[in-house]
Amino acid sequence: MGHAYTPGLQVSERTVYRARRTLPIAGDVLVTQGDRVSARDVVAQTDLPGDIMPLNLANQLSVMPGDIPQLMLKKEGDHISEGEVIARTNGIFGMFKTPYHSRATGTIESVSGVTGQVIVRGKPIPVQVRAYASGVVSEVLPGEGCIVEAQATYVQGIFGVGGEAYGKIRVIASRPDEELEADQITSELRGCIVVGGARIHGDAARKAIECGVSAVVSGGIDDQDLRDILGYDLGVAVTGTEQLGTTVIVTEGFGDIAMADRTFGLLTSREGADAAVNGATQIRAGVQRPEILIPLSGGDGDAHGSAGAVAGTLEIGAPVRIIRDPYFGILGTVADLPTQPQVLGSGSKARVLEVACASGERVTVPRANVELIAE
Amino acid sequence: MTQRQLDPDKIDVILATDCGSTTTKAILIQKVDGHYRQTHRGEAPTTVEEPVADVTVGVTNAATEVGELAGRKLVDENGEIIRPAQGNEGCDIYISTSSAGGGLQILVTGVVEEMSAASAKRAALGAGAIVLDVISSNDRRRPHEQIQRIRELRPDMVVMAGGTDGGTKKHVVKIAELVAPAKPRPRFGGKYRMPVIYAGNQEAAALVADTFDESVTLSVVENVRPTLERENLEPARDCIHDLFLEHVMAHAPGYNRLMDWTDAPIMPTPGAVGNILRQIAERNGINAVGVDIGGATTDVFSVFDGVFNRTVSANLGMSYSISNVCAEAGMPSVLRWVHLDMDERELRNRVKNKMIRPTTIPQTLEALVFEQAVSREALRLAYLQHKEFATTLKGVQQQRTVGDTFSQLSSGQSIVNNMTLNLLVASGGVLSHAPRMEQTAAMMVDAFEPEGFTELAKDSIFMMPHLGVLAQVHPTAALEVFERDCLIYLGTCVAAKGRGKAGKPCFRYEIEGPSLREQGEMAVGELKLFPLGPEDRARVKIEPRRGFDVGAGSGRPVEKEVRGGTVGLILDTRGRPLVLPEERTTCRQAVATWTQALGLYDD
Repeated sequence: MGHAYTPGLQVSERTVYRARRTLPIAGDVLVTQGDRVSARDVVAQTDLPGDIMPLNLANQLSVMPGDIPQLMLKKEGDHISEGEVIARTNGIFGMFKTPYHSRATGTIESVSGVTGQVIVRGKPIPVQVRAYASGVVSEVLPGEGCIVEAQATYVQGIFGVGGEAYGKIRVIASRPDEELEADQITSELRGCIVVGGARIHGDAARKAIECGVSAVVSGGIDDQDLRDILGYDLGVAVTGTEQLGTTVIVTEGFGDIAMADRTFGLLTSREGADAAVNGATQIRAGVQRPEILIPLSGGDGDAHGSAGAVAGTLEIGAPVRIIRDPYFGILGTVADLPTQPQVLGSGSKARVLEVACASGERVTVPRANVELIAE
Repeated sequence: MTQRQLDPDKIDVILATDCGSTTTKAILIQKVDGHYRQTHRGEAPTTVEEPVADVTVGVTNAATEVGELAGRKLVDENGEIIRPAQGNEGCDIYISTSSAGGGLQILVTGVVEEMSAASAKRAALGAGAIVLDVISSNDRRRPHEQIQRIRELRPDMVVMAGGTDGGTKKHVVKIAELVAPAKPRPRFGGKYRMPVIYAGNQEAAALVADTFDESVTLSVVENVRPTLERENLEPARDCIHDLFLEHVMAHAPGYNRLMDWTDAPIMPTPGAVGNILRQIAERNGINAVGVDIGGATTDVFSVFDGVFNRTVSANLGMSYSISNVCAEAGMPSVLRWVHLDMDERELRNRVKNKMIRPTTIPQTLEALVFEQAVSREALRLAYLQHKEFATTLKGVQQQRTVGDTFSQLSSGQSIVNNMTLNLLVASGGVLSHAPRMEQTAAMMVDAFEPEGFTELAKDSIFMMPHLGVLAQVHPTAALEVFERDCLIYLGTCVAAKGRGKAGKPCFRYEIEGPSLREQGEMAVGELKLFPLGPEDRARVKIEPRRGFDVGAGSGRPVEKEVRGGTVGLILDTRGRPLVLPEERTTCRQAVATWTQALGLYDD
């Protein structure tokens, strides 16, 4: 098994997390600046316009589209119910009139004399936005939502499936390189955020879903297992809407890979704490990574915004992690930065660096294949 | 945009940028000994996202870099581009393309999917857009499902077509009645008024206009399909370009300033690539196919008999979409191109790791061989999609004569014909940066399966976008640079169409050139490479056996002059369509033989 270490993602013991919580369209904000909120509190709500259903009356009544406006018994803006007669033909000499019974409930939005269609708008769809982070409302965005600020332990994963979930942190692995297997998942973990060490087995993920576990966080996962859980082969890394019942987050990558020591240590230190997670991942422009947010009791100590987050340039001595085979997952420090491009084993020419590995070995890898990591 | 009158004869220095999603690439074109040449290239990260959120910063950085390399000051103290050129300072014109922020995204609607909707889609793709979805009366979704889909999308604009002029109004308005209440939400927030282009039955235009409220900006242009027999895409394409500048660009950070800087309208990057390919095909009277394979998408452009088509395969790419290529093609299809022993489970994990860390590059030969195998499948699938889309107009009534009795061609046939293809141009990381040109040629031949005589080339540094927009203001300079600096000719591929039993004779060949004189016979299932340098030409005579065609029909000989290149002359008797042995060991042996014949990798 390859040893894995902290990737170039944010892994922070204490940070100020700002959650921007907004509605998809304008609505009511239920909090005011300075309010203290819990993760599951509703902070804003609205009604999305209901679904629309076109009813083709001209076809159904076998009349010309232009006749429909005169045959309507209801007008635009009227509320109608399923089964209600909303139009009737003139019949022959006032007899044999054909009624049209609505197939939808809602409000008539338009009646078209060109197409003979009636558009019915269904009931509004209520949408609620939760606070997600337990903290203080630092800003209200009128009509849109709010920003919740919280001091929290914050861990970004590399990939996840499933959306926002809440629960207590339960670390069930004793070491970061211990694989997460099905027999470790029990019904007592229902509603919890379960933390494993290395690769989560497919059976373990399935059992977590069966037991109603809120989320599972582990070092890696096999692609084949992910495919079995999802029921399809994931094509592009845009996730978050899966309805698995359990959010799955991996912190390092695919395959046999242990959770970074630092991440494991941090999550272990917060055993039993209430947390919020989000598996949504988007690896496109505007990258979004999955995250684990564990609020701290407010006010104690100074928060620092980006501990563990790494940005900057490679320099000699900087700790790095190799993120591609044949040395995937290995940790080391930059030993040399040759300026001239070198020919790789693949035959390509690329700028490289030398990494002094933790094992004492020295390897040369392309600069594109390392991540800077936090010490 | 500066409306300066430009005298082409007085233009000596041209600066062009392409603002991509991640990198802004700048090239400098200068007049050297009376000819336009691309002289220097620079790049810098694109700056449309926070904290900079101003595209001109990336442009200035890229221009500064190219200026430093050229020993020419291109940017002044205020960070603006110096014009006109004087001595060692400035440039005469500055132009740009853009695909930053995900490019231009369009929702297309029409009445019949294969007719008006297909024409509207062609107009949108030709303008350089990504088509998010096509809504039509017969797309098999029920109306409420179509509405749901419209509500989910976040297009930059909507292009509506439907009905021939004087034809159906009802069906056109019916589609408008789905779009209007669904109120597609734009990417750029609530204050953005969604541009809707109506390019359908002109007699229905007023009725369509009545359907929409003030939340959209409606533009009515000429019908993309005025009659069943005719397509009229230019007015819709022009309108898309205008709205791209007025609405989409105006909302992108810093673009208002960039538009003031440029001497020609900013074009969407793929639109510019299509522009230059069309001009080249037109000028040389050839059929050409171009491909640009990126991390997320693959664009295919073709010009056959003067008809231009472009497709974007949205989820076929080499990094963000690599997993999707493997899912769509299936791992066995990818692995058939691999002559080495590889563990499938490990490969699957590697594919996903590349997807979540898209910027890594192959370090080992094994990783390179696998990525190039994936690229063959990505290109093959993208070309299949292109062939299915680039068809003659569907729905056209055919007049048949007695002579047509045995050629029952229906409307809607693909106009892409590999036998009449003259030039195949490759671009995009996996093709352009392959360590050996032979690998680029092999990927193209395996994926596109050219037939007969086909020249192979690659875009040296992906400057087709720059040249496409330059062609609008200075066609001579654009075409000159394209011929001299943009294309690197790899050589010519001669391939026989037909199938036969491996080992049986396929064709006899005679090659005569200043530095090459060869003759012989090739059996079915072979590949041969002959050295023929970039400056060389040779006469090649092929005498195929019955059942094989190299351009003149089954069993008929063809003699032609061929162009050399950095790879040379490839003779291919593997057959078309190209079918690899199903049994894994036999397949590996065959691929290993071809790999060796072309000298793709070190043993």
